[in-house]
Amino acid sequence: MSERDQRSRDHAPTEIETSSAPNEQLARSQSTLLVDTPRLNDEARHESAEELTRRGLLTKISLLGSAAIGAVVGIPIIGYLLGPLVKPTPSDWRNVGKVDDFSPGETKLVAFDDPSPLPWAGQTARLAAYIRREGQNDQFLAFAVNCTHLGCPVNWQPSSGIFICPCHGGVYYADGTVAAGPPPRRLFTYDTRVANGQVQLRATPLQTS
Amino acid sequence: MSTLDQPETEAQPKGRRGIGDHLYDWLDERMGLKDIILPVIVHPVPRKLNFWYVFGSATLAAFVVQVVTGVALAMTYVPSTSNAYQSLQFITHDAVLGRVVRGMHFWGASAMVIFIAIHTISVFLMGSFKYPREVNWLTGSFLLLMTLAMAFSGQLLRWDQTAYWSVGVAAAQAGKTPIIGNWLAQVVVAGQTIGGATLTRFFATHVFLIPAIMFLLVGLHLYLVVKDGVSELPVAGKPVRRATYRREYHRVLKEDGEPFFPDFIWKDVVFALLTVIVLLILAIWLGPPELDRPPDPTIIQAYPRPDWYFLPYFAVLALLPPAVENWVILGAPLLGGIIMLVVPFIANQGERAPSRRPWSVAIVIVFLAAALALGIAGDRAPWSPKIGEGQPGPIPPQLLVNTSPAAQHGAQVFQDKTCHSCHMLAGTGGERGPDLTHVGTRLTRDQLTWRILGGGNNMPAYGGNIDTNDLNDLLDFLQGLK
Repeated sequence: MSERDQRSRDHAPTEIETSSAPNEQLARSQSTLLVDTPRLNDEARHESAEELTRRGLLTKISLLGSAAIGAVVGIPIIGYLLGPLVKPTPSDWRNVGKVDDFSPGETKLVAFDDPSPLPWAGQTARLAAYIRREGQNDQFLAFAVNCTHLGCPVNWQPSSGIFICPCHGGVYYADGTVAAGPPPRRLFTYDTRVANGQVQLRATPLQTS
Repeated sequence: MSTLDQPETEAQPKGRRGIGDHLYDWLDERMGLKDIILPVIVHPVPRKLNFWYVFGSATLAAFVVQVVTGVALAMTYVPSTSNAYQSLQFITHDAVLGRVVRGMHFWGASAMVIFIAIHTISVFLMGSFKYPREVNWLTGSFLLLMTLAMAFSGQLLRWDQTAYWSVGVAAAQAGKTPIIGNWLAQVVVAGQTIGGATLTRFFATHVFLIPAIMFLLVGLHLYLVVKDGVSELPVAGKPVRRATYRREYHRVLKEDGEPFFPDFIWKDVVFALLTVIVLLILAIWLGPPELDRPPDPTIIQAYPRPDWYFLPYFAVLALLPPAVENWVILGAPLLGGIIMLVVPFIANQGERAPSRRPWSVAIVIVFLAAALALGIAGDRAPWSPKIGEGQPGPIPPQLLVNTSPAAQHGAQVFQDKTCHSCHMLAGTGGERGPDLTHVGTRLTRDQLTWRILGGGNNMPAYGGNIDTNDLNDLLDFLQGLK
């Protein structure tokens, strides 16, 4: 085969069959799909296992280059998006009130600062928790306000001594254990301590399981 | 023949040529209007297509409405946790036509969900997903998923109390995934707590990421519609066979086809026009929903409920036995997705006509009936105790006529102990527990004592939460309810 024949063959159009075209418009639309498609299949057939042709090399360069572009751009972006998750878990102690603010046996809703607030967080930088003083001692329980079923905020009912979730009717006793409904486990808790006359709660990330 | 090989000029048309003709020729030479774009526009479709075929383009029309109104809203909306609520209030109440634009965006979301659901069901019922259109079913399935993702993320951008706590619900669901649950929940909230980064993550997802994916999928979907053709109406007794389908389809087009433009597209245009008119009327008449209170994590009086399209799922989560709940929360969406993906591969040949596919019809009927029943249940939410702002009023006075002072005190105990939030009395109160209007005729004093102190099913045990006097008075009250 002459070089000219080979070149002609390499650039022969790959024709899409038009014989079954249902009408002129379809035939016309299909005829427009005629393109100068290099015969990559033929080329690949000519390429032996040992032989690396110029076109094969260029194909590999194109594919690997595209993958590399994706990696170069994508890896920093993925790292950026997942960055907040790999930061050290904050667990700062937050004041939630003086010891005397809590009567024995009382459960009280308190607010505290998010463990890792962003400057523009606004009101969402303040979180809530229930604090319960156990007996006369300085022993305090701190409960997350989220129902362990699906995260809705539970409401403390002081007259009946239970927490009720408004979403699906989960109920918890005053000590956070499940009283009724779908919650799979007791209320999530925070560590507490008393320091300098202040009840403190250790703010931790969102607990879901 | 390459398009580049075509003659540079065609035969000169008769008559005088205006500037428009010259402009057209100029564009045609550079863009291939006649050779590439026009054949696509006028590609042949089967003649007897009915109005069921408009829901694909109607979904696209609703999507375009969402894009246009969304871009307009994004010019004012501030995706910051400290300002989003105020900016949305400004759009709704102060900006010129802001209420209308936000209203169209809100109702457009519902229209898109409805249209894509009808389109999916009609494609399924008419067997249009079979050979050679399997891949187009897959692209449509992903578009359905993306539409629902848009609906959910859009709800959160309202950034009111409901939206804030709904993020918590989404995180809690993600958190139920084994091993990586907590990590996944933190991906959802874009950090370790719901805070400053959460809203911007949802905003970027809603206005950039998902729409970009949808544009790609819509492009692929339309390309495949043109490539494989619009499916013809199914005929009972004419099954799809891979060996003969394309030849048969082309014969149908040749013998009884018509150009998509203008012979069919007028139906799409008319329906799309009706759609936008209805959306505009709804936006002017009803407007967008008012926002809940501003998001404040320290105010726990909130009742996060999804928009209507997720009410069936909301109901499922309430009605499931706890033992299987995690499996359903994680498994049901996964199973639904897998079913959508395998449908075109397990039944890509054979009969298309619904009359020959009773199981498919039955599946659709059961699915729709279940969605409707669960949606109604989700809207009523009888499982939700009436607490906070929705708590029931006082005990109906007719129940206290001729009762003893002890029973009257018992009625107050009933109220104080939150019993009324879960139990109905003469038409008032919650529906979570049984109606107690006539409980005195059903249960003895001992049985009532046992239920109150020991609890059971969905009722907490009040053994440690009620003193003897209150219990006796409560029993007097309940026994008198006959």
